[in-house]
Amino acid sequence: MSSATSRGVRRHGDGPLVRALATVPAMTYLVVLMVIPLGLVIAYAFLTAGRFGGVQGPVTLDNVTRMLEPLYREVLASSVFNAGAATLIAFAIGFPAALAITRLPSHWQTAALIAVVLPFWTNFLIRTYAWIILLNREGLLNDGLALAGLGPIDFLYTRQAVILGLTYAYIPLMVLPIYASLQRLDPQLLEAAQNLGAGAWRRFRTILLPLTLPGIITGCLFVFIPSLGNFVIPELLGGGNSQMIGNLIRDQFLKSRDWPFGSALSLMVLALLIIIVMFQASAARRTRRWGA
Amino acid sequence: MKTQRISARRAVVLGIGGAVSAVLLAACGGGSSGGDSAPSLDPNADLSKQSIVVSNWDAYMDPDAALKFTDTTKANMTVANHATNEEIVGKLTAGGDPGIDVAFVSGQYAQALNDAGLLEPIDPNLVPNLANLYPESKNLAFDPGNKFSVPYAWGTTGICYREDLVASPPTSWNDLLNPAPEYEKKTLMLSTQPWLNLPAAKALGFSANTTNDGELEQIKQQLLKTKPTLLGFDDVTFYERLASGEVVMAVAWDGWCNYSGDPNVKFVVPSEGADLWADTMVVLKSSKNKEAAMAYINFMIGDEMQGWMTNNILYKSPNKAVAEKAAAELGADYPNIAMTPADLAKGEGLIDLGEASKIYQQIATEVQAS
Repeated sequence: MSSATSRGVRRHGDGPLVRALATVPAMTYLVVLMVIPLGLVIAYAFLTAGRFGGVQGPVTLDNVTRMLEPLYREVLASSVFNAGAATLIAFAIGFPAALAITRLPSHWQTAALIAVVLPFWTNFLIRTYAWIILLNREGLLNDGLALAGLGPIDFLYTRQAVILGLTYAYIPLMVLPIYASLQRLDPQLLEAAQNLGAGAWRRFRTILLPLTLPGIITGCLFVFIPSLGNFVIPELLGGGNSQMIGNLIRDQFLKSRDWPFGSALSLMVLALLIIIVMFQASAARRTRRWGA
Repeated sequence: MKTQRISARRAVVLGIGGAVSAVLLAACGGGSSGGDSAPSLDPNADLSKQSIVVSNWDAYMDPDAALKFTDTTKANMTVANHATNEEIVGKLTAGGDPGIDVAFVSGQYAQALNDAGLLEPIDPNLVPNLANLYPESKNLAFDPGNKFSVPYAWGTTGICYREDLVASPPTSWNDLLNPAPEYEKKTLMLSTQPWLNLPAAKALGFSANTTNDGELEQIKQQLLKTKPTLLGFDDVTFYERLASGEVVMAVAWDGWCNYSGDPNVKFVVPSEGADLWADTMVVLKSSKNKEAAMAYINFMIGDEMQGWMTNNILYKSPNKAVAEKAAAELGADYPNIAMTPADLAKGEGLIDLGEASKIYQQIATEVQAS
């Protein structure tokens, strides 16, 4: 962001003062809404819980060691599993969908993209709530199964329901970046490969996949990150049968008044996500080298 | 119609509202300001010069309450909403002036706020309607004698069940905790503490407020044993699951069975007993308009506002005349409304658990993660 700004400013021949001033809004935003809150979270993680919430002395490592107890490790593992499964399913559906959209005539592409983001126009809770109506034992899905002489199956309040809910909620965030990557892809590359005798699988593996990898990784992050921290879907669709790390963090602040432990858990999730984003960045760099 | 509005309200207030309320809502540390006892209140204060801010759960009072209060007392009033007890307590304990004069909180939270020195003592001279409340509602465990809180609604917790889908009505918490094989995967429990622990605590003969490690361990073991027999934990839509027939028994706050809109859904307080909860109004010590705040509390426990609450929220009123009228008019359709204060007072009053609330929460995490 800052490099784009400074390049633009230099083009107009402005001095360093103007350049510095131009970064003030962005820096203020970052410091007030990012650096300070994050600093608070880091500080809280090493303090002791106050009786009514809040924090007090002494400084302690208890919150960090408590996080390593098997109970919390299991909740984290379960969250990573749910978010990972949702990401994989979203990719398996989202990639072909994005590919199909790029093959449409251009005005239909716009319509298809609007259709992809259309669910975002409805409130997230209502969309999640709709799944309760579909999935419950007396719901539409089981009504359909009953017509076929099957069921009833308990879909609601299962881990599968949580994964379904996460996939559904975030799949547009998978489709859009992949679509953008596919758009930039030169179709002549694929034609050339075909003319030189490469089969469909080989074209996918050696051209489509590597050249759209940045979009794929971005899409995967866009699905994985909000899925990992989600606590509404596990609560509404999981019914306590698939608690996730987001529920645990929420409960520390809103139920057990243990802000330090909640902060420590938040930091753990943050650390995990930083590692994943660093991996994404290095993968993207490698792709750019191949592309060039 | 009525039920729809209520169910929407409850969904927003306790379930979804609680779920989405910002996790990092208060970035500032706690720390409470003590303070000397305030100068006594002036019974002849000119209320038309006073203005109060009231924080309540959304839709928990007559939508015209502010207008009617101003008409009656000439004092100005603004309404703020909170989604959960934890949210408002966080706001009030964050330090500085919260800008709130009167807050609605559940009894155990009123107790915690008072322990933190944040509450103004209730001046009975300015709340004459206290005389219209049941004596039982003025002797609640968290605040005997209404020293710092006045109840707005009260009730208990029990089992909602489908009369037409169970062989015989449940009478014991064990009917749900250790269900007959035909009811397995057809029961729900609440996941919010202390109500997650309550059925097991009572079935084992312990206090609803127990902080004894051995007892809490036994409660946890029972819950871990019960969990595989449950369809799930549901604090938000359980009455809809009952109405649809997916579940036949659910642990429930008394008024909520009524929201199912299904006459086959009945409510029972198991023989081992249950809790006694109250939602209360408290005046903040930091308020600069305490006379108007007291007048507001007086207004809210008066007949008109209590009548609205019990008819629309279907919770029991602590106001004797209102409760008796509601019992006669609504008791047949909504049996919880017909419970007498003597019945209610058999429930064990919930109190603030202090440090032990962390252990309760850890049990909730362990049971749900198992």
